[in-house]
Amino acid sequence: MRFTLNGVATNVDAHPMSRLLDVVREECQLTGTKEGCGEGECGACTVLVDGDPVCSCLVPLAQVEGAEVVTIEGLGDDHPLQHAFMNEVGAQCGICTPGMIMAALSLDPDASIDDIKVALSGNLCRCTGYSAIYRAIMKARRQ
Amino acid sequence: MAAVGNSVPRKDGIGKATGRAVYADDIVMPGMLHGRTIRSTIPHGRIRSVNVVGDVPGLIVVDHYDIPGRNVVDLIEQDQPFLVERDVRHLAEPILLLAHEDRDVLNAVRVEIDYEELEPVFDPERSQGILKAIDIVKGDVETALADADFIVEGTYRTGHQEHVYIEPNVVVAMPEKDGIAVFGSLQCPFYVLKALKSLLGASAHIRVVQTETGGGFGGKEEYPSMIAGHATLLALKSGRPVKILYDRVEDMIATTKRHPSIVRHRTGVMRDGRIVAMDVGVLLDGGAYSTLSPVVLSRGCIHAAGAYRCDNTRIRGRAVATNTPPNGAFRGFGAPQTEFAVEVHIERIAEELGMDPVSLRELNALRPGDTTATGQVMGTDCSAHIVLEEAVRRTDFRAKREQYRGTNRSIGLALFFHGAGFTGSGERHLNSKARIDLTERGVRIAVGSTEIGQGTRTMHAQIVADALAIPYEDVEVAQPDTTVVADSGPTVASRTCMVVGKILEQCAMEMKERLGGMSPSDYHAKHGGFSVLRKYEPPGWIEWDDHTYRRDAYATYAWGCDVVEIEMDPDTLEVRPVKVTAVQEFGRPIHPALARGQIEGGTAQGLGYALLEHVVMRNGGMANAQLTNYIIPTTLDTPELDIVMLENPYAGGPFGAKGLGELPVDGPAPAVVNAIRHFGIDLREIPAIPEHLVTCASR
Amino acid sequence: MLAEEARTPIAGATDLYVALNFGTLAPRRFVDIWGIDDLRGIDVRDDVLVMGALTTYTDIIRSPLVAERLPMLIDAARQIGGPQIQNRGTIAGNIANGSPAADSVPVFAAADAVVVLRSIRQERRIPITQFYTAYRASVMRADELIVAIEVPRVEGKQWFRKVGTRAAQAISKVVAAGVRGPSPKFALGSIAPTVVRAYATERALASGTPIEQAVLTLQREIAPIDDVRSTATYRAQVAQRLLRRFWSETN
Repeated sequence: MRFTLNGVATNVDAHPMSRLLDVVREECQLTGTKEGCGEGECGACTVLVDGDPVCSCLVPLAQVEGAEVVTIEGLGDDHPLQHAFMNEVGAQCGICTPGMIMAALSLDPDASIDDIKVALSGNLCRCTGYSAIYRAIMKARRQ
Repeated sequence: MAAVGNSVPRKDGIGKATGRAVYADDIVMPGMLHGRTIRSTIPHGRIRSVNVVGDVPGLIVVDHYDIPGRNVVDLIEQDQPFLVERDVRHLAEPILLLAHEDRDVLNAVRVEIDYEELEPVFDPERSQGILKAIDIVKGDVETALADADFIVEGTYRTGHQEHVYIEPNVVVAMPEKDGIAVFGSLQCPFYVLKALKSLLGASAHIRVVQTETGGGFGGKEEYPSMIAGHATLLALKSGRPVKILYDRVEDMIATTKRHPSIVRHRTGVMRDGRIVAMDVGVLLDGGAYSTLSPVVLSRGCIHAAGAYRCDNTRIRGRAVATNTPPNGAFRGFGAPQTEFAVEVHIERIAEELGMDPVSLRELNALRPGDTTATGQVMGTDCSAHIVLEEAVRRTDFRAKREQYRGTNRSIGLALFFHGAGFTGSGERHLNSKARIDLTERGVRIAVGSTEIGQGTRTMHAQIVADALAIPYEDVEVAQPDTTVVADSGPTVASRTCMVVGKILEQCAMEMKERLGGMSPSDYHAKHGGFSVLRKYEPPGWIEWDDHTYRRDAYATYAWGCDVVEIEMDPDTLEVRPVKVTAVQEFGRPIHPALARGQIEGGTAQGLGYALLEHVVMRNGGMANAQLTNYIIPTTLDTPELDIVMLENPYAGGPFGAKGLGELPVDGPAPAVVNAIRHFGIDLREIPAIPEHLVTCASR
Repeated sequence: MLAEEARTPIAGATDLYVALNFGTLAPRRFVDIWGIDDLRGIDVRDDVLVMGALTTYTDIIRSPLVAERLPMLIDAARQIGGPQIQNRGTIAGNIANGSPAADSVPVFAAADAVVVLRSIRQERRIPITQFYTAYRASVMRADELIVAIEVPRVEGKQWFRKVGTRAAQAISKVVAAGVRGPSPKFALGSIAPTVVRAYATERALASGTPIEQAVLTLQREIAPIDDVRSTATYRAQVAQRLLRRFWSETN
């Protein structure tokens, strides 16, 4: 299966019904994308497929043929959201953080708090109560 | 600039946000096998036979005969086996372990188990097996009840709560030297070490390392000993590394949950509102084995009379066994259950007396000089009135209460407290240690306390840096590895800052003296490195009797008052929290942003406990074990959180800090229920799901 | 492909794939139709709103045509899952999966939508109100694919309400859609093995029966159950109240 992964042309030989989540973590050895539930409820496995945030535990490999897939690793080590999540304590244990950041990428610069809440409504966090996540996103926007 | 009291950059680095932080499932080792646990499908019975169907090349099979040491998960009582020998006491009890290098082959293996089924007991009120009994008596409750103007009685119930750490339980065990190295998602590496010593025999080489952990909340306090033991057995039998990863369904069905409770109150009150007698019965459902039930009961009972003074109290607590998966530690540890009961009961007392619920609390709340149910004298670090006054003032509670009458909005309040550190003589028995090492670069902290999101690494580094008067940047924190760090006791009980942080502060002060004004790197260059190891020193004034449960249960308490505003849909009885004001006093925040994070996160968990989180049990097992059906708050379920952090320093804590981690979970549920009660719905249990409200409203 | 074993079409995969991965769906052969762009698109032809089978909830939320002609479908789409699910879940998947708790189905039922089925041999149009035969069973044949949903012009005020387990990512306990027009329409999900168009209730309301009696008629048209999410008692009570709410809010 050929697709673009974090900007790089990639060819993976795996069963077409393999979960994109497993392909990314195992065949591609990018373990930043996490599994929290396997049923599309927690959003920890969120990646971008052709620019849209989706749960990679729900995407069969066959469906990314020719698509552009972006994972948390695609943001590098220096993205304003990454710094903000650490500095504003939007990340406590961090397991939901890659998924949260990927979902937050779809936000407009002028998104309201309500827009942020809706955009992240498919991402569960058990540590923060979400407030610090909103603070982190608003802080990152000012940079 | 001082580190303590400031929200300094965290010691975790940026790895959690870049995907580089290594959690246990990210570990892949050459030759690694996947492990799988075969569990009982009945809640109570005996095994007649176990049969692995067919011949699967490369399959490793482990049963209890493969255990070299003792088949006992060493915790408090010695009653829980790693693997069933014959008697099945709960659904999903582990019986057999399998490992194979191909996950699909592993999952396709069929195991046939023949059982003789026995009649299970699911109702704690029908249980014959007492896991623990505690009685706390002060004064003469019977006489005081007889002399009271009114007696108010009530029974309050709370259900199971599942932790839902977003990272499920996972462990990797790797043969090392003549023994084992275990890497896992866990809170207490030394608990796992102790359990593995029991499993393998004390002379085996055992190393336990905590990997970055995706949430714990108590769910990874004692449970990891079980999964670590399982992975260890498979690794030793196969001679290869073994990873056991639970998917969400297995994790929810098989691992520990918060103890369900039934709490009965019988309270004697005078006409003017003074509480003169409190008779409390606490019943906790422990599940099939003891695990931590004795200590959960202990903390629950000590907090059962609430943040109130009363000269005559009797608290009778029982933890009983049922044929369900064992319950265990969960943030709050008995206090959320009993403080739910007492705070809703206080509200009912106010209703019966026709008294304002704030005034009733003002009249009875603990003041310095008053004694608690165990006879502990409150010092100036008692902040019951401080938090109550601030919460009432800030939310304009009384006016709102009137204003909302007759509308779809309501407002409710709860006053609560939480003892920091292990109960009674617990800290003395733990005898925790902390160590700091002088290195070329500065100072390295070597403690068994774990970072599980709450900020341990950062907060310990702040304390050590300031106590040594060196830059925060020069302090590093060792990864908890039982062959490297000191045994600081478990990362639980709101003790990591107050107790372990204090030992670290003492270590740092001792090192500072020895440095004699030199910087660490200068000293190291001239004299080489050295370490300072110190032990827990109990405050000299603490007196506690383990048998009578009298006097100083905790070195200090944190205090809270939560006010919750809700909106209820009159058609569906769905309750939506609209705003929560959490006023919490915990000595002093070491890192304000991390402290705030504890309060916000704990408050959200408390809201889930109150409104959404419902474990549906069928035939002794969780029937809704998927995140689709066991639900925690999403962004849209979590309201605005107004957090107020007050300070009333505790002299025995590092820089005046008390414990904070658990306090926030104690308040939201009773505050929510008290708001619902103000609609005229006589609710006395949680979760306050609409299906339960419909039943209450129709009474 | 017809000659080989039957294959199950898979598109957004938000239901099917979960069941497969959890082992509650027997392993089988799939045919992936996600890439068939002919099955996408939202259009109006001859005053009929035509939505391709692979229309996602995000497509619906963003569509000016749907906003104008079937706004209650947008209300439903916004309350399905969260953004990640909305980006992948399709209306044909929601219909074909056949869960009684499907949120879009009562909307389509109240709007008298038509399911367009196509096989090698022929194309069939089945009103959604005649599509389901029993719990998770429909008239769809093994060689047929849903290719589009057609919704004729809806006369009247549209109304939608989902009562879920929480505010987002929620499965319905009761879900209702209604149209208050020359003849009222009211459809409910999660209260019977399949979606219910409450015809007797609609007739009662159309003939001027007071709402208090109409709710009693409704009781006889639904068959809610107890399950892990809710109870029959609660669902029955809420269904009644939703009918009242529909009637008063569309007045």
